[in-house]
Order: sequence, then C-alpha cells, then structure tokens
Amino acid sequence: MSVIRDFALQGTQMLLVLFLAPLFIGIVRVVKARLLRRQGPPLIQPYRDLARLMRKEVVLAHNASWLFRVIPYVVFAGTWVAVSLVPTFRTGLLFSWTADLIALIALLASARFFLALAGLDVGTSFGGIGSSREVMIASLAEPAMLMIVFTLALVVGSTQLSVMAAHMTSGAVGLRVSLGLALLALIMVSIAENARIPIDNPTTHLELTMVHEAMVLEYSGRHLALIDLASELKLLFYVSVIACLFVPWGIAPPDGGIGAIAVGMASYVAKLAVGGVLLAAFETSIAKMRVFRVPAFLGAALMLGLLGTLLLFVSGSL
Amino acid sequence: MVISALSGVMALLLLSPIAVLLVASQRASTLIYASCLIVTLLLTAVGGECLFGQPTSSISLPLGLPWLGAHFRLDALSAFFIIVVNIGGATASLFAIGYGERESSPQRVLPFYPAYLAGMNLVVLADDAFSFLLAWEFMSLTSWALVVAHHQERENLQAGYVYLLMAGFGTLVLLFAFGLLAGNNGNYLFESIRTAHLNAGVGAIVLVLVLLGAGSKAGIVPLHAWLPLAHPAAPSHVSALMSGVMTKVAVYGFVRIVFDLLGMPAWWWSIPVLAIGGITAVMGVLYALMQHDLKRLLAYHTVENIGIIFIGLGLALAFKAHGMAVAAALALTAGLLHVFNHSVFKSLLFFGAGAVLNATGERDMEHLGGLIHRMPQTAFVFLVGCVAISALPPFNGFVSEWLTFQAILLSPQLPSWGLKFLVPAVGALLALSAALAAACFVKAFGVSFLGRARTAAATQAQETDSNSLAAMYFLSAVCLVAGVLPGIFIDMLAPVTNTLIGTSMPHQAGLDWLTIVPVAESRSSYNGLLVFVFVAMSGSIAAFAIHRLASDKIRRGPAWDCGYPDSSPITQYTASSFAQPIRRVYGTSVFHAREIGDMPPPGATRPAHFTVQLRDLIWEAAYAPIGAFVEYAATRLNVLQFLTIRRYLTLVFSVLVLLLLVLAI
Repeated sequence: MSVIRDFALQGTQMLLVLFLAPLFIGIVRVVKARLLRRQGPPLIQPYRDLARLMRKEVVLAHNASWLFRVIPYVVFAGTWVAVSLVPTFRTGLLFSWTADLIALIALLASARFFLALAGLDVGTSFGGIGSSREVMIASLAEPAMLMIVFTLALVVGSTQLSVMAAHMTSGAVGLRVSLGLALLALIMVSIAENARIPIDNPTTHLELTMVHEAMVLEYSGRHLALIDLASELKLLFYVSVIACLFVPWGIAPPDGGIGAIAVGMASYVAKLAVGGVLLAAFETSIAKMRVFRVPAFLGAALMLGLLGTLLLFVSGSL
Repeated sequence: MVISALSGVMALLLLSPIAVLLVASQRASTLIYASCLIVTLLLTAVGGECLFGQPTSSISLPLGLPWLGAHFRLDALSAFFIIVVNIGGATASLFAIGYGERESSPQRVLPFYPAYLAGMNLVVLADDAFSFLLAWEFMSLTSWALVVAHHQERENLQAGYVYLLMAGFGTLVLLFAFGLLAGNNGNYLFESIRTAHLNAGVGAIVLVLVLLGAGSKAGIVPLHAWLPLAHPAAPSHVSALMSGVMTKVAVYGFVRIVFDLLGMPAWWWSIPVLAIGGITAVMGVLYALMQHDLKRLLAYHTVENIGIIFIGLGLALAFKAHGMAVAAALALTAGLLHVFNHSVFKSLLFFGAGAVLNATGERDMEHLGGLIHRMPQTAFVFLVGCVAISALPPFNGFVSEWLTFQAILLSPQLPSWGLKFLVPAVGALLALSAALAAACFVKAFGVSFLGRARTAAATQAQETDSNSLAAMYFLSAVCLVAGVLPGIFIDMLAPVTNTLIGTSMPHQAGLDWLTIVPVAESRSSYNGLLVFVFVAMSGSIAAFAIHRLASDKIRRGPAWDCGYPDSSPITQYTASSFAQPIRRVYGTSVFHAREIGDMPPPGATRPAHFTVQLRDLIWEAAYAPIGAFVEYAATRLNVLQFLTIRRYLTLVFSVLVLLLLVLAI
C-alpha cells in the first residue's frame, strides 16, 4: 500500500512541476507587464502558446539530421527528470535518492550539451553564435555552482536535496553569513543559467544580443514547444532548489499525512508566486549587459561561493 | 597466473618477427591484428581472473642482470591495469583489422604494434626496478617507431624527435628515483624496496622525480608538450593506444611507486600532486579548445583527463596520510575508475577520428562538416564518446568525476589548513574543466559531424568498415554500461584499494536499485540506471503522446536563419569561431590571444582579413630556452670538431691528467 502511495506522490510531483512551469513564466510576464504599466498577456498565455505550437506542423531545414529531431525530446526529458527529483512540496519522495544536487546539475548540463549541438546542426551562423556563447556562459557558471554546493555541503553535511531540505527545516542551522552568500551566488548562477536579464533577454529577437533564442532559432512546431517547456522547467528547477534550501518552511516531511502535503503544496505555490514577482521586479529594474561582461558577473558569484566556504572554515558558526 | 600473463606477452613478442616475415603477403595485416586481438583478449581474461579471487602470484626468471634476475608479479593493481591495457589493445586490434587494410606502409607499423602491446604489459607486470625500466624504455621506443611510421611528413619526424627526447628524460628521471628507492645497498627488488623505510625528505625527492618521470609520460602540464605532437602523428589505432592506454601505464608507474613502494606518505606530498592535477586539467582542456585538428584536440584533451586522475590520486594521498582510510579509498577508486573510463572513451574517440581521417583524408575540422549524413554510424558512436568524455550522465565519465567531487566534499575533515583551502579551489578547477570539456566536445562533434560539408572530401565520405564499427560499438556499450551500472566497476576496484590503502569503498553491488553510495545514503547517492531509464521513458512518452494527440506532420524547407540563410557552407560557424567567446574570456591571459581584423576602407576591393594569434607560453618559457641553450652550446662546441691532430692529442692528454687528479683527490 505504502509503495503505491509513494509512487503516486512521485507521479504527482512529476505532473505538478509540468503543470506549474508555464504558470511560473506566466506570473513573471504578467508582473513584468504591470510594472511597465502594460496590460500584459493573461496568466495562461504560456499554456496557449504551447498548445498552439504543439498543433502546428514542424518545418525542418533540408539538411537537418536525425539528431536535430531527437534533441527536443532528450532535452525535455532530461530537464523534466531533474525537476521531478527536487523536493517541492514534500521531502523524501520515492526516487529522491536517485541523484544528488551535483548529479542533477550534471543532468541539466547534458540537456544543454545536446541543445548546443542542435544549434550547430543546420549549419547557420545564428545557431553557432548561440551555441558558442551558451557553452561559454556554462563554463563560468559551473565552477560557481560547485562552490555553492561546497558551502551548502559544509553546513548540512550532504548533497542530497531531500536531506538538505529536512536539515534546513529542522532549525539546527540558524542564520549564517555563509548561507546568505551562497544564496546570493545561487541567484546569480540561476539567472545566468536560465538566460534571464541581465545575462540574456528571453523576449528579444534582436539577433546580436540573443544567446538561448539564437541557439533554438531553427526549431518550430512541437519541437519548439518542447524546448520552450524544457526551459520553463529549468527555470522552475532553480526556483525550486532555492525554495527548498533557503525557504524550506511548509514542506511536508516524509511521514506527513494528507494535511501536511496540502500545506506543502500550498506553500510551494505561494513560494513560486513570490519568486515570480521578485524575478519580474529584478528584471524590470536592470538592463541587459554585454556578453563579455558576463565573466565578471559570474566571477562575482564564484567569489561569493568561495567566500562562503572560507568563512565556514574560519568559524563554524558564520 | 603470472605465468599465463607472461606467456601472453611472449606470444605478442613472437608476433613481431612473424610480422616482419609475413609483411609482403596480402593477408599479413589481418592475420597479425587478429592474433593480437586473441592474445589481448586472453590477457584481459587473465587480469580479470586475478582481480576476482586469484591471489597474488610472482615469478623470477634468470634474465637481465645476473645478480638480480627478472622478477614479475601479478597483484590486484597490476591485474586492473592489465585489464585496462588489454581492453584497449583488443579493441585497437579489432579496429585495425579493417583500418590496417588501408595502411600505406604496413611494413613500418605491423612489426612494432605487437611489440608495443607487449611492452605495456611488461611494465605493469615488472616486479623489480631493472625490468620495470627496461620495459618502460621498450614501450617508449616501440611507440616512437610507430609515431614516425609515416616519416615522409616533416611534422611527424619533428614529433618523433620531441617524443624521443621527452621519453629519454622521463626514463632518466625514473632511474634516479629508483636509485634513491633502492638506497645504498642497491636492492632493486620491489619487495625489498617496500620493506625499506625512507625518511620523509628522501621520499619527497622520490615523489618529485616520479612526478617528473611518470608525469612526463602521462602528460601533466608543463611536461605535456610532446604529447599533442606525438599522439596524432601515429596511425589512428596506435594514437588510441598511446592516448588511451600508454598514459594509463604512466599513471600505473606513479601509483605503484607512490602508493605501494614509498610506504606511508607525508601529508604535504599531496599538495604538489593536487595543484598539478588541477592546473593540468584546466590547461589541457583550454589547449584542446584552441585546436582545429581533430586528433590533436583529442590528444590535448588527454592531458585534461590525466589532470582529473591526478586530482583523485592527490586526494587519496592526502586522506591516506591523515589516516582517513575510507575517504582515501573513495578518492583512489575515483582516480582509478577514471583511468578505466578514460581509456575506454578516448580509444573510442580516436577510432572515430581515424574513421573520419580514412573516409575524408582530413584531420582538420575546418574541412569537415555534415558527416552525420554520410557516416551515420560513426557519428552515433562518436557522439556517445563525446557525451561520456564530457562527464555527462548517464555515461561513465560522469561517475568517476562525481566520485572525485564526493571525495573533494570530504576534504573539510582534513586537519591541515593548507589542504582545507587548496582542495575547494581544486574542486572549482575540476568543475571548470568539466564545463570546458563539454564546450570542447560540442565543438568537436558539432563542427566535424553536424552542419554542412565544407569541402568536397567531406561531401563524398563513405561509412567505415564493419570491423572498425564493431570496435567502436563495443566501446560505446562499455561507456553506457559503466555509466548505468557503476557499482560493479567500483566493486571491481575493491581489491586494488585494499592492497594500497588497506580498506575499500563500501560494497555497492547489493544496494537497492543498484544505486551507488560512496559514504552514506544521507550524504549522497547516484543511480545512473534509474536516471537513464527515467530520461528514456519520459522522452518516449512525450514523443508518443505528442505524435498521437497533437501533430506528427513534418515539412522540409530551407533553413530560416532569421531570414538571411546563405547557401555557401563557409558562412557556417567554424571551430575557431566557435571557440571565440572562450578564447576571449580565458585565452587573453592564458595564451595572450589577439584577434587582428583588417577591414578595408569602404570602396576598396581587397578582401578583409581576420587572424588570431595564440602564444604557447609554456613552450616559450620552459622548452624554447632549453632548446636555445643546447643550440648555443652546440654551436660553441662545434670548434672541437675541426681541431688539428696535435690539439686533439693535447686535449686527450689534459683530460686524462684531470681525471687522474680527480681520482687522487
């Protein structure tokens, strides 16, 4: 019986993240529009976009290879699995031990690897510019991410997200400077990884400024829908990781009943709403930076991570 | 056991003269490579049997130095490396059955190939310093002969020259290391070296010498300079062996001396190893990113992986010195697992590069492109190799790097402050090298296999032969199996860590769902099998659902490219333009990279030019001065060549007097 329940909960999580990912983008877009005193699209516009793209036929370039057609599914599946393994409304889900934080980040790196290949497949210059910049940004973001993991693992003694979230809720941690630095660095890395302002502009179609959009320029129809959904899921991944590590309150423990799970779900959705508003406010208040400013931005994230580690070495309580 | 291993080596050695006799015949190549395949498979089995149960066995033969004899021994460590060497050897032989048919000068390759395999096996089996060095030098010389097999090309001769110099340097340094290890009594048996206790100072000197000697063979920065020249110059199956296997034999030399013969390490020995490992990893991949020669890119990338292996070994040294045996076992397992993994995917990638070279006659990626259409199977296996080497789940490269990260995360428990600060920095370097490796292989695969063909040769490429494909498919299957079922391979290494550290990682095979748990489940765990199954399942479900419920229509049309598609394939991104952002971020300091654009004024009809200048600072700082000095000294001493007979006699006489004086004092 309990096995069936565990499977059901894990399945719920998979469907929940799939359902919430477009909604999160919807929130960000609505808030952004309101901050600019525009009406903005309705909240469900991302779902409509996906549905419309799904129904359309795919236009493939003449020389697109089989790899180009497979990649959207690989990217989508990899990202979806990664988000499904993050504790969102409940810790200790059935398969939560399948991959720790490092493995999840590597899984997203696999998705990015394939997407960058897709950018080169048709042999156009925009695809190349997107891919080459994407891998450059990744090469800066990954060391920073590792330093963040290092800081967190020093505090919690684990890289297993469920264990980390449970430890953070337990109150044994308290307020620490190093955790603050790690949070700041993680936010910076998340912005860079998800191609958000100021690193990349998700709404632009001005060729020379785009990174992610240039890479997927040749995609259309259901392929594009999957890639859009995958990038929405990726954004949800980072928001969920931040939520479960730094604002873990409300998340249901493994032995919690229906009530705890309902509280967990409600608090998760509330956290997402707050996160979406904050992201929109941040993006509205800042301008996109030049591509070759990115190293300084992510270098700062790396230094923050390093500083967090060093602080913990110097004093265990900071 | 050791006797069967030695008879295998004898068989390989005998194949060399047979190859000389047969070389005129049509079938020589097939015959020799097939025999090599059988013998190496048998040797793999011997290694496997030793690792799974058979105890250590040793033998001494009345060969070599009369007062020493030749000693050979097969213990867990040798057995593991026997497996690595012979899996590489077997697949290279299988690949070569097809590849060798098209060899232009088989008489220069066939006789040396079995001898080279025998040499690598002998290094791993040797149990005294004399046999070890003899086998080491034999391995170097046979591989040198293979590097200069195509000596008509000037580049290859130069590569061979540099290689010979560096190999000689390495052996010389190792000779000193063994001299120190043997002590005043001159006892060169490994058995007696093991029981002798060196003081930490002498031990440190030995460590430095081994780092120089074995490290120059493995390709640690800054001793790597020969490697990217020599490895690509050889025929591709030999390149695979040199890059995938011989560098591992060098790692074996390091592990054997430092972990086995030197006894208990001092904690600060790990500092140079870790620092060199981190720097090697990042520098190797940065060099690789700047290349547009496919085989040279792969060779530089070997340097990166050697760095990753040395990070694992350095961590193991640090933990071992501080008596943290479990953590040391984890770090050593990570390093050795990466030895195995790298030998698998690097061989695979070199085979792929060889297949491309055969099909198009090109090693330069700027002349390739679109090969996925012409060579779909080679493209598929090459892609598997690229994903595996970029340390991406669910393939095997990720497992060993993940274990290395787990070992790094245990470093805060180390008591010494120097290591506490160093190890996180090394971890950041490791993450940087992993991300850059992914960039490097997006470039390698994307530019060579994707896009549009850039030359006529690439347009007319043909799929390679079935033997070569079989070898590559086998290796890609190993990449996947070792990635999704890593527990089996970790358990395989338990006897090795037991002999070197005294303990091993927790037994993995019995865990639920075949998960791997390096320390404790509350700390970290990874299940490659489930990740693979989940991704495959959700991908197929998505594909099925979308095709059923939404749309499955496809229309072919011209590329979109924001409305400005250009039909000329030279408008595509090239290897050099793909690396531009990374060159700009890292290369300006590391390589003093400069981009010089020459844009004609409006109205002028001359073409615009763009050139990139890169400087190899390590070569300029370390190698060029030595070369210049030797040149200078040789020129100055040249006068000695043109003396009269009287002056020669005077010279000889004065030297004699001088030597007698020295003796008298």
